Amino acid sequence: MTPDIHPLVILFAAIFTSNILLTNFLGICSFVALSKRLDVSFGMGTAVTFVSTATAALNWLIHSHFLRPGALSWLLGDRATGISLEIFSVIVYIAVIAAFVQVVEMTMERFFKALYQALGIFLPLITVNCAILGVSLFLTVRHYSFLQAVAYGFGSGVGYTLAIVLMAALRRRLRYSNIPAPLQGIGITMIVTGIMAMAFMAFNGMVAVQ
Amino acid sequence: MGLRIIKRAIWHENPIFHQMLGVCSALAVTTRVENALIMSLAVTVVSMGTGAMVSLFKGLIPRKARLMVEMIFIATFVILFDQLLKAYYFSMSKQLGPYVGLIITNCIILGRAEAFAIKNRVGPSILDGLGNGIGYGMILLTVAIFRELLGAGTLMGHRLMPAGYEPARAILLAPGAFLIMGVIIWIVRGIQLGRARRSS
Repeated sequence: MTPDIHPLVILFAAIFTSNILLTNFLGICSFVALSKRLDVSFGMGTAVTFVSTATAALNWLIHSHFLRPGALSWLLGDRATGISLEIFSVIVYIAVIAAFVQVVEMTMERFFKALYQALGIFLPLITVNCAILGVSLFLTVRHYSFLQAVAYGFGSGVGYTLAIVLMAALRRRLRYSNIPAPLQGIGITMIVTGIMAMAFMAFNGMVAVQ
Repeated sequence: MGLRIIKRAIWHENPIFHQMLGVCSALAVTTRVENALIMSLAVTVVSMGTGAMVSLFKGLIPRKARLMVEMIFIATFVILFDQLLKAYYFSMSKQLGPYVGLIITNCIILGRAEAFAIKNRVGPSILDGLGNGIGYGMILLTVAIFRELLGAGTLMGHRLMPAGYEPARAILLAPGAFLIMGVIIWIVRGIQLGRARRSS
């Protein structure tokens, strides 16, 4: 069932060819809202990368030890074959993400003050970032192995960071250009994102992984 | 009263134009009109259900835990819809894949529960959910109509373009969705800004 793809290929594909933001449209809310300033966008990107890597690993473990059909065999033995808790996967994933973000926030506040001041404000926003939940849902649907899942989570985060930082840099230039009033803000951001997505499609010939 | 709530949710305060909220899970399903239709139905049902439940239990929900409770209501309706889709329309469930689950992170639904349902009675909350679902669906369908018509030459699977039409496949790829979305926002904001200028 697990696809035979090297984790490094998945990492590369998640950053460039199937960028979670530019091809799966996930995480657009925060992408539009936070790409106004370069430093803010980089902070958000770093936080997303950290959380998406960690929750990809956590949710993979939970899915393969609790939710997958027959996964409870370590607990129930033969009786577990017919049991599948997969219908709960969305609600479990979102709870894991929310809990993880909460724990990280508290740990950082207690032990890494400087890091907390840099990233702290972005952490609560991450719980409702669709890119994070999307990573967990996609790696379940695609039957990734543990290493593939971690590579995918990390790659998606890096891909998101790349897109949002590029966008912030572009928007800094856009501020001085003469854009029609109705197109300012969201409208022009969407159109520039479309062009950026086209540019990223140039990587498509290098690896083909969906 | 009822109509006014719906109209306000669809046009004046449509969350997609103003904050780009909830568009995340939307664009990926707009390659075909049928997919967009089912997705809009899902969002409408979930937002009506959540609105009803939140406003029904508003007296019992402790203030500090209210986000958690709202999330659980949303997740429950999403899972219900997902299971119904799997049971009665499996091919569609396969096509939408994880995007149905991603409705949980759709900020519109949580936003309306927070802003409207927690303060209002059950009836208006359901109508507010309906209006927001329709407003979201309208944009999704507009994008989907352009993408399917130009990208495949069909609508709901029926061929509409003349035989000589060469489908513009690029519209079906991700950049097409971003560009069409940008143009739609441009037009709608243009109309709204024009009206505001004339009335002032």
